[in-house]
Order: sequence, then structure tokens, then C-alpha cells
Amino acid sequence: MTAPFPAPATMNDAAEMSGAQIIVQALVDLGVDTVFGYPGGAVLPIYDALFEHPQITHILVRHEQAAAHAAEGYARSTGKPGVVLVTSGPGATNAVTGITDALMDSIPMVVLTGQVPTTLIGTDAFQECDTVGITRHCTKHNYLVMDPARLGPVIHEAFHIATHGRPGPVVIDIPKNVQVATAPYIVPEQIEHRSYRPQVEPDSEAIASALALIASARQPIFYTGGGVINAGPEASTILRELVELTGAPVTSTLMGLGAFPASDEKWLGMLGMHGTYEANMAMNRADLIIAVGARFDDRVTGRLDAFSPHSKKIHIDIDRSSINKIVAADVSVVGDAGRSLAALVAGWKAAGHTRKDLGEWWRRIEGWRATRCLDFPEDKAPEAEIMPQRAVKALYEATRHLDPIITTEVGQHQMWAAQHFGFEEPNRWLTSGGLGTMGYGFPAANGAQVAFPDRLVICIAGEASLQMNIQEMGTCAQYRLPVKIFILNNEWMGMVRQWQELTYESRYSNSYSDSLPDFVKLAEAYGWTGLKVDRLGDLDATIKTMIETPGPVMVDCRVAKLANCFPMIPSGAAHTDMLLQAAEVTGTMDDEAKALV
Amino acid sequence: MKITQQKAERHVLAVTVDNEAGILARIAGLFSARGYNIESLTVADISADHALSRITIVTSGPPAVIDQIIAQLDRLVPVHSVIDLTETGAHVERELALVKVAGTGEKRIEALRMADVFRAKVVDTTLTSFVFEITGTSDKVDSFIALMRECGLVEVGRTGVVAIGRGSEGG
Repeated sequence: MTAPFPAPATMNDAAEMSGAQIIVQALVDLGVDTVFGYPGGAVLPIYDALFEHPQITHILVRHEQAAAHAAEGYARSTGKPGVVLVTSGPGATNAVTGITDALMDSIPMVVLTGQVPTTLIGTDAFQECDTVGITRHCTKHNYLVMDPARLGPVIHEAFHIATHGRPGPVVIDIPKNVQVATAPYIVPEQIEHRSYRPQVEPDSEAIASALALIASARQPIFYTGGGVINAGPEASTILRELVELTGAPVTSTLMGLGAFPASDEKWLGMLGMHGTYEANMAMNRADLIIAVGARFDDRVTGRLDAFSPHSKKIHIDIDRSSINKIVAADVSVVGDAGRSLAALVAGWKAAGHTRKDLGEWWRRIEGWRATRCLDFPEDKAPEAEIMPQRAVKALYEATRHLDPIITTEVGQHQMWAAQHFGFEEPNRWLTSGGLGTMGYGFPAANGAQVAFPDRLVICIAGEASLQMNIQEMGTCAQYRLPVKIFILNNEWMGMVRQWQELTYESRYSNSYSDSLPDFVKLAEAYGWTGLKVDRLGDLDATIKTMIETPGPVMVDCRVAKLANCFPMIPSGAAHTDMLLQAAEVTGTMDDEAKALV
Repeated sequence: MKITQQKAERHVLAVTVDNEAGILARIAGLFSARGYNIESLTVADISADHALSRITIVTSGPPAVIDQIIAQLDRLVPVHSVIDLTETGAHVERELALVKVAGTGEKRIEALRMADVFRAKVVDTTLTSFVFEITGTSDKVDSFIALMRECGLVEVGRTGVVAIGRGSEGG
């Protein structure tokens, strides 16, 4: 028997790394340049490994929820996955809101969570929680890695899953002893997943059926969503080409703003609960809806049995489960929004289709546009109070030439921003659509500003939402992030107050923002610049100062306290039953309507 | 205000999944999170290398909900395939039950006679009890158990439905 020639021991030793080193090396190999996180006992080995990798910038947040939202802001503005690093127990549970937000809005994100050592799992150890259990249904996928040799393959697979198909958050839970133990760093040769293979290329027969409908439609409308943004900037370009070829009007969901330029004459504005009259009426009267990367959310459809009753529906979505979930599609196209739009453009040209005469359709749309549904009553005197809509419009006019990135919190200010701020390009509008997370906007702005240090990033906030993650002022100060926060301060949780006015006869239960801080002093306490404006005559000058002041600036813009957001489709109503102004509000609703969110 | 519900139909789904930790929680949790029904669920490893499991789920819901259930299952990362056996046509469904009956005299004789009619096997006996093993469709098992209630039924264990398509084709 011949003894096998012993392999030099150093070869194996050299190939072995600690779990923490494998993690950081994998992040470097995957092109990660920024991690948003907060240290703690169960991730100390990873933080120690990060210390030796200056090519990864770690942004220290002040609360783990903000780490997740900042990663969302980074992802939404760049198109690259956001990366979060938090500790076990409270670190993980604090991140859950941000993770759920990313799931609802299809934001690519990878979250690394520390976990107690494998030997202590299940013993109610200090800072132990069942992270994979808690995050199972608020992630696209999650992992508990019990063997350091699995770290390489799992991290590479996690990035693949987070960014392919319909994007979403992936959690990797890593016990502390797995971070310390050594193993070889295995890079998977092929990323093709054994079971997860989303359909990206649309089926050619479905495209042909869609083209036939588009070519013969007399009242078509494009209804686009966040899927077009997720498909990359080229999807927005090809959408514009297809719209030009067909001559059809375009509306979009909250998540889809920017895919089609707001300055284009074919743009009808956002649709849905606080959408424009023309967009909602056109949806209602259309004979063909071309839904691209949008999911017929309840905020979009209004009362379902009255939703667009006479139209055929083409539904293009990368997630098969989005199709026929709410509204039955006549033609289903499963595929990437960009590739599907490209296939439609190619097919349109190949078939020699020409633009139909949509003159009659456009004449009707012009009639709806003539209602000027976004107009609002306003006193224009310099000493007059500022209407919140005016504040957003002034901000838009003053900054549009700077191509800013806008984030929002959630509520009335968010809807006013969506209505009155025009977006020309994708990835400029970051907002929490699906989950509707108050506290999203400020950390998301920080994430976008980290990605684009030289761009103008503005968080349009409400005074109530902002306070949900206001501790992030410290993060901005630490990294000298020149984020501008523009607070539409009406001293109310405005959307809650609006619903109480509409539905509960103005019984304002707990919706007043009592005991507000002095936002200017608060800004100064963190080394920011604080500005306050409460007269219409000072609005433009204040915005100018905000833009020209280096570093982070907080503007406390005092606006009309009882202004409501119109137009509005009340809960349980159809697109044709929009409230255009306050005079139409009756102050009561039946139980069926009250039961809807 | 009344909460209305649509008419439900019963479907048998065969789901092939990666045999990994937490997979059952992932599937069962999807049903509970989205408010879908589970009438029965069985799971076992089915591949030589223990890499795959087959989960048979009996669910019910309106047709659109059944379509959603399939689409939602299909997009889970560890799910390889979802087959709606009710939709794809002829298939065989079986369930196994162990049924314990105690009694003496005429009831004991009647229990044994019924077991014979249902082709249930006696897998354990004492002077005062039997344990029957019965396989068949859920209806048959239900009927047998109903009869045994009259003959001193003590305890029942059921596997839930497993099912497979008829013919030579694989799923």
C-alpha cells in the first residue's frame, strides 16, 4: 500500500478564513461599497473584519430601522442592492419594519443579522430572537447559516435572489460562533439557482396577443408602476418609445413616478386615491389598460367592482402571482418590464403598425384635464399662510434644474409631493408605497445621499413622520451628509385628521401633533442649519437659502393647518366618484366604507 | 355590516421543495399569512439523496384564490414545482388511518365485520380492543370512522392525503 503524498498543511490553512472574513470578502467580491449598520455583541467579529476592509464604507445609523430604510434609499436611487448589518435580538427586530417595507416595494436588499452561537440557539439566550422565524414572511427569502463553509455560497446566492426576478429583501442570520470558526471561502461557480428561476423574457405569443390589442384600441392607457423603475433606466427609455409609437396616454402608480416624464403632454399624472381626475377618469373609460410592472393595489383601483368596467387588460409583470391577483387580465405577460416593453416595441415595428387616430380619446381627456383638479384655494398675499401644495410647487420650481432626489415620509405631504413635484427621470423619487412607513423618508434620504454625495437630496416630510426616525440627524452630522429636510408642518397627523374629518364627523382622536420640538433649535443642537418660514412672501427666499447652505439643513415650513389632500377617491368609492374639493365632503361614511383601509 | 365569502372548491396540490430547515414553516406560514385554507398537509423526503421533499396539500377556495395559492407557492425560493392534481386530471388520492376500538361481545364482532367490509387490517389486538389500519380515499376513511363510533371508537390517527397522477407521466 502506498501512502498518499501528504498535501502541504499550509495550503488548507491558507484557504481557511474565519466566517467573519468570509462574509466581508464575499461583500467585497460582490461589489458592495456601502453597508448601513449598527454593531452589537453578536456581530462583533464581522465589525472587526470590516475594520480591515476600508474599501467598504460603513455608515453608522442611530437605530436599526433607519439602517434598513437607508439601504432602501441607496438601492432605489442607484438600482444596486442595499446592504444592512445589525446584531441579534433587538438589532434584528428593529430592522423588521424596513425589511417589510423593502418587500412591499420590491427593493433589493441583503440584511446580515448576528445570532447567538449555535450552541445557545433555542435557550432564550441574551439578545436571542428567532430571526429567521420573524422574518420568514417579510423577506423574499432568508437563511440561518450554521456552517462557516456555507457562508460563501449563501451570501452569493442571497445577492442573486435579492436582485433577480422581482427584487426584495433577503436576510442572512449568522450565529456568532459561525463568524469565528474557520472554513474555506467557497465562491459558487454558477449562480443559476436550482429552484428559483424567474421568467425574465416574455413569452412571444403573449407579446403578439398584447400587440393585437394595442394596435386596435381606441381608448388605450398605459398604467405603469415600480416594476418599470426596477427594470433599470433603459426600461423607462423604452416605455417612452412605446408611448410615442402608440400615442396613448400614461398614468402611473406612486412607485412608478419618474419612469415617464411629468413634462410630457401624454402624462396624466398619478392615478388612484389621490391621483388626478384625468388619470382616474381615463382608467375608468379606457377600452384597453396596459399595466406594466404595477399590481392593481387597492389604493389604485378604488372600488373593485367599478374598476375600469369596459376595458381589456394587458398585465405585464415579472411576478406571476401579481397577475390575476386583484383584476383579471385578458393578456398576461410574465417577464421583466424592460424586456417586455422592448419586445412590444420590436413587435410593433416588425408588424408595421401605425399610430391609430386617438383624437376623440384625447379630446375627452382634455375635457377631464380642464377641471384642473390639482388647483387649490390660496391667498397670495405675502403675509398669507403657506398652502402645503404651494410649498411643494415652490420647492419644485426652485430645484428642478438641479435634478434632485426627493424622498418623503408618509401622509398628506407625501401625496402633495407626488401630485405637485414633477419627475422627469427614474430613481429620483423614493417613497414608501406598499407599507406606508412613517419614518422612511429621512433615513432613505441619507442612503441616497451616501450614494450620491454631490446631488441635491431633499426629504419632504411631515412633522409627525419625521419624528419617527429623527435620531438620524446624528448620522447626517457624523458623515457630513448635506441632506435637506423640508417639513410641511401643520401640527397634525394630517392624513389621519383628514380621514377623521371625512369619516368620523371631525372627531379628532389623538391626531394632533402636540409638544412639537423647536425644529430650528433641534437642527442647531445637531450642528445643522435650521430655518423656519411661516409667510408666503418668505417661502422662495427660504428655499433658496436651504439649497445654497452647505451641509444638512432642516426647514420648518409652517403651512395651513387644516388643508386636506384632494382630489380623493373616498374609501370604497369608484374612480368616477372622486371628491375634487373640500365642499364635497359630507363627514360620514357607511360601515362598508369604514371597514376599508 | 356582513362579511361575505365566495364559494370554495377543493384542490389537491403536490409541491416539490428543497428538503431544508424551515421549509414546512415557510409553506404553512404562507397559507396562514394570506388566509388560505389547509384541509390536510403531508410532507416527506422523496429523493435518494434526501435533497427533495414532496408536500401534498389539500386546500379549498374560489378558483381565483386557488390560482393565487399556486402562484404564491411557486415564487417561494425553495419550491421546485407546484402541481394542481385536481386541475391536471385523473389522479389517485389515499389516506391512511389507525383506528382504535374497544369493546366486547356483539360490538366487538360488529367492529371486526365492518373492518372486513372496508378491507381494514387488524394491526394490534387485545381481548377487549382492536387497532385497525385502513387506507383509501378520505371519504372511505371518514365512513369507516363514523361506523366505528358505534362500535366503541377510542382514538384515531390519520396521515392526511397523499396523491399522485395516474398514468406513466411524472409530475
